[in-house]
This record gives sequence, C-alpha cells and structure tokens, in this order.
Amino acid sequence: MDTASYRLEWRELALWRGDRCLQSGLNGQLEAGQALTVRGPNGCGKTTLIRTLCGLSQPETGEILWQGIAIHRNRPDLHANLAYAGHSNGLKGDLSTRENLRFAAVLRGRHTNQNELLHGLRLTDCADLPTRNLSAGQRRRAALARVLGSGAQLWILDEPFTNLDAAGIEWLGIRFNHHLSLGGLLLMAAHQASQVDPDRETVLDLPGINA
Amino acid sequence: MIRAFFMVMRRELTVAVRRWSDLVMPLVFFIIVCTLFPLAVGQDIEILNDIGPGAIWVAALLATLLSLNTLFRDDFEDGSLEQLVLDKEPLTFLLLAKTVAHWLVTGLPLVVLSPVLVLAFGMPVTAIPGVVLTLLAGTPALSLLGSVGAALTAGLRQASGLLALLLLPLTIPVLIFGARAADMAASGESIVGPLYMLGGISMLALTLTPFATAAAVRVSLD
Repeated sequence: MDTASYRLEWRELALWRGDRCLQSGLNGQLEAGQALTVRGPNGCGKTTLIRTLCGLSQPETGEILWQGIAIHRNRPDLHANLAYAGHSNGLKGDLSTRENLRFAAVLRGRHTNQNELLHGLRLTDCADLPTRNLSAGQRRRAALARVLGSGAQLWILDEPFTNLDAAGIEWLGIRFNHHLSLGGLLLMAAHQASQVDPDRETVLDLPGINA
Repeated sequence: MIRAFFMVMRRELTVAVRRWSDLVMPLVFFIIVCTLFPLAVGQDIEILNDIGPGAIWVAALLATLLSLNTLFRDDFEDGSLEQLVLDKEPLTFLLLAKTVAHWLVTGLPLVVLSPVLVLAFGMPVTAIPGVVLTLLAGTPALSLLGSVGAALTAGLRQASGLLALLLLPLTIPVLIFGARAADMAASGESIVGPLYMLGGISMLALTLTPFATAAAVRVSLD
C-alpha cells in the first residue's frame, strides 16, 4: 500500500465564528503516520478548525491542501480517504448499530468485518438495538466503529474520548497507534491524553481568545 | 454511485417506516383539510364540485409543506448530513435520493388517496384518472422544490414559517397548472396541455433543484 504521499497541509488559516475571530495565522501539516492533537480551552476554535480542515466550513482566509491541491478542488479524493466523527455521532436513532455501520460501509463501497469491531468496542450485545436506546458512551463507540471500519487513511475526530470509559479509551489508543503504524493520518481535538505514541504525535495548542 | 443512491433511499425508507407516525401525519392532514371544505362551504354539490379540484391541490401542497420540515432537520441534528457531505459520492445524488424517498413516502400516498377525495367532493368518477395524473405529475415538483427550501432552513429554529414563505411563491406555477388540469378533468375536458406543463415543471425541477439543494446543505452546515 503506497501511503507515503498522503499529506494534509494548511497555510495562514483564519477562523471566524460569526463576527468573532477565533484564530488566525495557523500553519501546519500532517503526513502519513503522524497524529496531530488540537488542544485549547473551550471556545478557542478547536471544532471550527477540525470542521474547516475537512471542508465542512470555509476558512475566512488561507488555504487547505490535500495532496498538494486545494481541498475544494480535490473533494472526491479527500472524501474517499477521509473518515470523520464530529460532535454529533452521525447515527440514525431509528436504525440499529449494525444497520448504521452497514449503511456507512456500502456508501464507502467496502465490506468490513463488523463483528470484530463490534466485539472490540463491546457493542455486540446491543448491536441490533436502535441506537436511540443506547447510552451516550455506546453511541460514541458506534460512531467510532464507523471510522475504524472505514479503511480511510485520514481520520478526523472531534473529541473522540467523550463519554468513553477507561477501557474504551485504552482500546481506542491501541487502534490509533495501529492506524498510524500502517501509515494513516490522525487529526483530533481532545482534552484528555491522546493515548498516541509520543513519537508520532504533534500537539497544537490553540491560545484562548483574549489570551 | 447508483449503489449509494439506492442505499440512501433504502435507509430513508427504513427510517420512515419505523417512524410511521411522522409518515401518517401529512396524509391525515390532507384528508382533514379536504373534509373541512364541505363543512365550511355547505353541502351544495354544485359548489363542492367547482371547488373540489382546487381544494385537493391546495391540501396536497400544504401537506407536502408540512412534511418537508423534517426532510433535513433530523439529519442535520444527528450529524448524518455532515456524513453525507463528506461522502465520496456526489452530494447532489445522495440528496436527490433523499428527496425521491421523501416523495415516495409523502407525495405518492397523496396521489393514491386522491380518488377517495374526488368522490368526497361529489365529482364524477370519470374525473379520478385526471386528478390522479395531475397529482402524479405535479407532486414530484413540490418535493424537489421543497428540498431546496428544507436544505436552506435545516439549521434554523422555528424554520417552518420561513419555509412556507420561501416555498409557497415557488410552488404557485405547479398549483395553477395542477388545479386547472384537475378542474378540466372534472368537467370532462382533455387535460393533455396542462399535464405536459406539469410534467415539464417536474422535469425541470429534477434537473436543476438537486444542485441547489446540495449547495444549500453546504451553506447550512458551514
């Protein structure tokens, strides 16, 4: 698998929310096998940065490049390699975990072994219940299962550890390191320790506003 | 791409069936609005005959509007819409699949129910095929136009009023041709002309609105 060339890069980004400037002059890059953890106080623009980098929001100024090409011109390639889990889990409450995962897999055109993932995330027992009946932590696990099973190179996660128990966090850390060791890219916002091998991790500390 | 299209449609239909109460509401609304006319206007069969086609069309329009509120709202709130935007398949197609599914669960049942209402208004049995055909040709345009408005207002609270203000002017041509054709069907005239026009509007909506819907969803999520 040739993954050496995967690369996400951003230059001189300025992020605004409404009429407030959250951050400006952000530069950075993420290459195969690397993780970037975005930290900072609440309201400093972590989620906005994450959403901007995957193309959901437009930056006020600056540009984002995937494989050296601006992302709005390279959307199909970026999206084919991207798995994103935001604050909202992206699960349909009326469908079961299995059905939600199957939907995601078919859209990706990919068959993954659901059982192994569900077992690892300890979701096997509730995999056939509508996700609206699951606990917040279980729903989070289901959303992460979608990312972990996506086969995508670039994982962009907004606070993946929210609502997870200690065992879940540890298990997720192992999967993160496995993903990175295969040449994957990982971008996440987190308040907790990221569980990622420090050699592979860069931390981006966003200053608080008015700091 | 085709596979993704049908997968989105299948998911929408599954969700719709599991939330059947949401599904039934626009239909019940459609029937109730139609039954209000005889109560308000009186039992003069001549008058009911005259207003019947128009009343059925207005009720169909309002019922569609009622159902459009939730077209993207749920997906917006649970994050499914973000996932569709970030999918590798073109957003235009995925949202078109959602809209088609929406028509299948709201527009099509209206079409199926309409013969009952034709008879309730005391119109001749011979008017049934005409009214059914006009609704069949016109309601897709309502769903498609509606998807643009629903996408624009997905992220707003209290969006239903705004959605009505946005959409009702756009749907006027459909209403004019639909009600006129239904009226002509009731009086036994040929409805080919307005039917072509309705079909034309629906085809135009089918080719243009998916792009607008996709753009509107991106704006709503930004």
